[in-house]
Amino acid sequence: MTTANGEAARETRTYAIGYLLALLLTGAAFGAVYWQVASAATVFGLVLGLGLVQMIVHFRFFLHITLGKSSRADLQLILFSTLIIVLMVSGTLVILFNLHHRMM
Amino acid sequence: MSAVEGIHPGLNLAHPHAEAQAETETALFGFWVFLMSDAVIFALLFATYGVMLHATVGGPTPSGVYEIGPALLETVILLTSSFTFGLASIAMKHGAPRRRLLGWLGVTLALGLAFLVLEVRDFLTMFAQGATPMRSGYLSSFFALVPLHGLHVAAGCLWLAVMMVQVVVFGIDERVRINVLRLGLFWHFLDIVWIGLFSVVYLQGLIR
Repeated sequence: MTTANGEAARETRTYAIGYLLALLLTGAAFGAVYWQVASAATVFGLVLGLGLVQMIVHFRFFLHITLGKSSRADLQLILFSTLIIVLMVSGTLVILFNLHHRMM
Repeated sequence: MSAVEGIHPGLNLAHPHAEAQAETETALFGFWVFLMSDAVIFALLFATYGVMLHATVGGPTPSGVYEIGPALLETVILLTSSFTFGLASIAMKHGAPRRRLLGWLGVTLALGLAFLVLEVRDFLTMFAQGATPMRSGYLSSFFALVPLHGLHVAAGCLWLAVMMVQVVVFGIDERVRINVLRLGLFWHFLDIVWIGLFSVVYLQGLIR
């Protein structure tokens, strides 16, 4: 079956691209910290940015979440969970750092 | 893009009939809901860690106890295991010989176990430096967050072993296929959590 083989090759390529991109992004993040390419705050921002991009790469190439119509429900669930996470994490950090500041 | 692409998260199989496809879709969406709630648990432990980061009470500090080498090695091992699991899913989807599916699952299991060995070694090194969970708020939150991911990986390894036995005993039937797809989602999800861990915990701690 040539069509099945073609599909398998295409899927293998998808995983390989994802793996390569993930390795590059990981390498960049570790490299930025190892060689201290900029000030501490900039490096931390860079690491968080690279981490976010890498998460998107994993969702796209390993979990096959696309912007296509059929995977809309899964994507919506990711975005809703992200909203919950952002609200709870940022809320926790703001309240407790504020409390910490007032207790000083 | 074929018609079966993107019905559910992860690699989509070509199903012989619509009923099997609907069943797979429901099963995997349910598991996806669980994974997202698991993500919320991890996120809150991340928040706790962020708050506790400076509560070292004169004890070990992040830059004192973390090492960049083992963290990088663990990351590469986990990334590679995600890739090999992808190859296992592809082997299953396209009806490759059973030993190829078992082979890739075996490689993934070996990488998962290697990751666990390195992580436990890290924890033991930290214990030897006096960095135990009881020492400070920072270390309590660290040992709530990072070993929880390790525990998930350990559960994933157990599941991989069970999966390999199921493939041998039952062959690749509909139920086994759904289980392999679920395990795939779980394994790729753990890799995504690890991105957060090495960025927020290890790399942030090592920035001077």
